[in-house]
Amino acid sequence: MVSTVKDPVLAVISLSGGNDGMNTVIPYSNPHYRDYRPALGVPEDQIIPITDQLGFHPALASLKKYWDEGTLAIIQGIGYPNGSLSHFRSMDIWATCEPEELGLTGWLGSVIQDVDPKGENVLTGVNFGRGLPRSLAKEGVPVASVGDLSSYGLLTEIGAEAQRNEALDLFGRMYAPAIGQGVVDDYIRRTGIEALKGADILGTAPGMYKSEVEYPSSAMGGYLRDMAQVHNADFGTKVLFTTAPYNIFDTHANQAVGHANLLQDIAVSIDSFMTDIRQLGKSDNVTLFFYSEFGRRAMDNGSGTDHGTGGIAFVLGDHVKGGLYGEYPSLEPNKLEDGGNLQHNVDFRSAYTTLLDRWMGLDAKAIVGGNFEPVPFL
Amino acid sequence: MADQEIALMAHLLRRAGYGASRDEIEAKAAQGYDNVVKELLNPGDDPGIDEDLMYRAYPSYFDKAAIETGQTEWVYRMINNKYQLKEKMALFWHTILCAGDNKVDNARTTAIQIDKFRDMGMGNFKDLLMMLSTDPAMLYYLDNIESHKTAVNENFGRELLELFSIGVGMDNEFNYTEDDVKACARAFTGWNLAPTIPVFPYGRTPFEFRFDPADHDYGEKTFLGETGNWDGGDIVDIICKQPATARFVARKLYDFFVADEPPVPSWRLSEPRDIEAIKSLEKAYFDSGYEITAMLTVLFNSDFFKDEAVRFAKVKSPADVVIGTMRMVGDHLEPKPGLFFVAMEPKYMGLDLMNPPTVEGWHMGREWINSGSLIDRINFASSMLGNTDLPGVRSIINRLMDLGDVPSSVEFLDGCLDLLGPMDLAQETRGELTEHLDAGGALKHGNAAEQEEFSRRAGETLQMIATTSEFQFG
Repeated sequence: MVSTVKDPVLAVISLSGGNDGMNTVIPYSNPHYRDYRPALGVPEDQIIPITDQLGFHPALASLKKYWDEGTLAIIQGIGYPNGSLSHFRSMDIWATCEPEELGLTGWLGSVIQDVDPKGENVLTGVNFGRGLPRSLAKEGVPVASVGDLSSYGLLTEIGAEAQRNEALDLFGRMYAPAIGQGVVDDYIRRTGIEALKGADILGTAPGMYKSEVEYPSSAMGGYLRDMAQVHNADFGTKVLFTTAPYNIFDTHANQAVGHANLLQDIAVSIDSFMTDIRQLGKSDNVTLFFYSEFGRRAMDNGSGTDHGTGGIAFVLGDHVKGGLYGEYPSLEPNKLEDGGNLQHNVDFRSAYTTLLDRWMGLDAKAIVGGNFEPVPFL
Repeated sequence: MADQEIALMAHLLRRAGYGASRDEIEAKAAQGYDNVVKELLNPGDDPGIDEDLMYRAYPSYFDKAAIETGQTEWVYRMINNKYQLKEKMALFWHTILCAGDNKVDNARTTAIQIDKFRDMGMGNFKDLLMMLSTDPAMLYYLDNIESHKTAVNENFGRELLELFSIGVGMDNEFNYTEDDVKACARAFTGWNLAPTIPVFPYGRTPFEFRFDPADHDYGEKTFLGETGNWDGGDIVDIICKQPATARFVARKLYDFFVADEPPVPSWRLSEPRDIEAIKSLEKAYFDSGYEITAMLTVLFNSDFFKDEAVRFAKVKSPADVVIGTMRMVGDHLEPKPGLFFVAMEPKYMGLDLMNPPTVEGWHMGREWINSGSLIDRINFASSMLGNTDLPGVRSIINRLMDLGDVPSSVEFLDGCLDLLGPMDLAQETRGELTEHLDAGGALKHGNAAEQEEFSRRAGETLQMIATTSEFQFG
C-alpha cells in the first residue's frame, strides 16, 4: 500500500558508533540475557516492559507513549549478510546500500534526486551537522549542511548584523555577473549564488517558528530543534538527516552510565521533536527512521560491549503501524555467529524499501539495488 | 625586488608546499628560484618539525586511538613542516595510493602508511611500490590478506596495475590484460599480515606485515610478456620498466603540481594536456632509474611549470585552502589548543584525510566545489583573514600602512591583492570592492583611532577577497 500523504518527508537519524540493541530493547525474560550481561544487565525492576519478553531500557521512558499509542515500530535483528565489524565500512554500507563494493552514492542522495530531478530546490535535502554525510552524497545533488541553524550561512563570523548584510550584498554583486573567465570560474559563481540563496531561505526559518517545547541542550537536541524549524518553515525539504556525534555509541568501556545517557539524550530529543511538530500541526507528513550501523556483542566484556552484527532500528510517525517487526535474534549459544554476535534476520534494505516505496512513493529497487521484501510498518 | 620574482616564488611555494607568509616569500625570492628549488628537493632526514615538542604537547597523537587524532597530527605537520615539498608529497601519494581507515579501522596503522609516504615520497618509485606492497594498511584495505595460493583475491593485484602504476591504457591502447591481473595477484599471494592483536584491552597496536611462504603461489607466471617464477618483487620490477608507468607517474605529477588532468580511467583515450612536458618527465624517470626527485627537478625548473597561464588555474584542494590560510595568517605555528577544529575543516570541505571515498581517491579540480563545501571554504578563509589579531594579518596591515599616508582605494585594494598572492581579480569584482572602499571614506592611519579603523577596513577587505571565486584557485 502506497501512502497517500501529500508531500511526504523522511527524517533519518544515524546513531553513529554501533548502538547496543540488546540493552535498548531488552529480552528481559530470556535467562541468557543475565548470563551474557553479568556487568551490564539492566536490573529487572528498572526495565520498562513492552511485551512479556521484551522491555525498554529505562532511559527510553519518553518513547514508551509512542509504543502505547501504536506509532512506534521496532525492527528487530536488522543488518545485512556478512556484517562488517568496522564502524566506518558498516556506516558506508548503510549509507550506500553497497555491501560488496565501495559505493559512492548515498541512498538519500538518490531520494533527493528522484524527488527533485532538476535540482530546482536547493533545500530538498538538508543535513543537520557539518560536512556531507555519505548517505546524502550524490553527484550533482545540492545538500545544505547546517551545523547550527541560528548561525548558518555565509560570512557568519561577522557579528554585527548591518555589517554582515552589507558584506553579503557585496558578495552577491561580486558573484552575480557571468564574467566568462572560464567554465570552472562560472561554475563556482553559480554555486556561490546557489549557496547564498539556500542560506537566505534557511535564515528565515527561526522567525517562522514559535514553540514552547524544550529540547535537551545536547548536540542531538540542537540538531532536532533545527530540524523541526526547517520542517515547520515549509521550504519543500523532503529529506532531513542528522547523526549522533561521530561514533559516540561505541561503548567498549564504562557502558552502564554512558549508554544510558546516550539513550536518554536520543529518546528525549526525539520525543521533543515529535511533540513539537505535532503541536505545530506539521507531523502528518513526517516519518522518522533511526538506526545504528550495527549492534554489539551479546556478551559484555566486563565494562562495555564490543562490535556486533544484528541490531535494532526504529520507525516513528503518525502513519506508522507500531509494533515489533522481524524476530528478536536468538540468544541460544549455538545460534550466535562468530563467537557471540546476534544473527540478523531483516535486511536494512528491506526497511529502506518500505520507506521509499510506501512512504516516499519512489522506485526503491533502483535506490537500494535490488528487490527486498518490504517490512510492513507502513 | 621585482614583482615577477615574488609572483613566481609565491607560485612555487603554493604548489610545492602549502604557501607561505609574505615575509617568507620575499626571503626565499631573495635566495633565488634555483636555490629554493634545490632546497625543496633536498630535505633532510629529520622530520622537519620538533616531534618531541609535538608529542609532549599532544600525547594522544602518538597512540592515535581515533582517526581524528591522526588527522590532527597530519595537519600540524602540514602547517609546520619546514620541508614543505616533502610534506606535500605525503598528500600527493595518499591521493593516488589510496587506503582508507574507514575499512582498516586502525588509525595508527593507517597513519604509519602516511609517514612512509612522507619519508619515501621523493625517493625511488620502485622502493615506493615495494613499500606499498608490504604495507599493512594497503594489504588490509585491498583484501590481499584474503588472497591465498588456492583462492586468489585479485583486488590488490588489479588496483596495483590500474590505479597505482600502469593505468588502464595510453595512446588508445590497453596497457595490460586480465591475464596480467591474475598473474600479478598470484605473485602477491602470501603477502599477508601477522595475526593482529585485538584493540581491547591492549590499545591500538599497529598491524605488521608477514610473508607466509606456505600460502604463496610459486608457480610459473606470465606477466606483461615475461615468464618466470615471479613473486611480488619481480612484478614491481617489471611494472617499473614499462613506458606506461613512466607516463602514469609523469601525468600524476603534472596533474598535482602543474594543471588538472582528467581521472586515470580515461587516460587510454585522453591525450595529456601537454605531451612535451610529459615526455620530459618520462625521460627523467628512465634516465634516473625511477627517481621521483629527478622528475620533480625537471618539473620545477621547466617553463611549463613557471608559465603564468598555469598560475591560479587549479582549484585549491581543501588542504590548500586550510593549510594555505593558516600559514598565511601565521596561526598554530606552535602547539596550542584549538588545532582539532582547524584539522576537521578539510573533512567538511570534502577531503577526509586517510578516508578516501574509494580506492580511486578523490575527484579533484572543480569537483571540490559544491554548495556546502563552498560555504565552508569561504567561511573558513574569510574568518581567518578577517581576524586582525593574527600575526600574518597584522603584518599585511602594517605593510598596507607603508603604501602612503592616504592610499587611494585602488592602491589599497592592489596592496591587499599583492600581499595575498600576488593575485588578481576580475575587473567587475575589483570595481565592486573599490566602490565599497570609496563609500567608507579616506583610508587614513595618522592617529590611533584612524589606525584602528584602517585595520578594520583592511580586515574587511581581506575577508571579502577570501570570498571571491578567484580565491578558490591556487
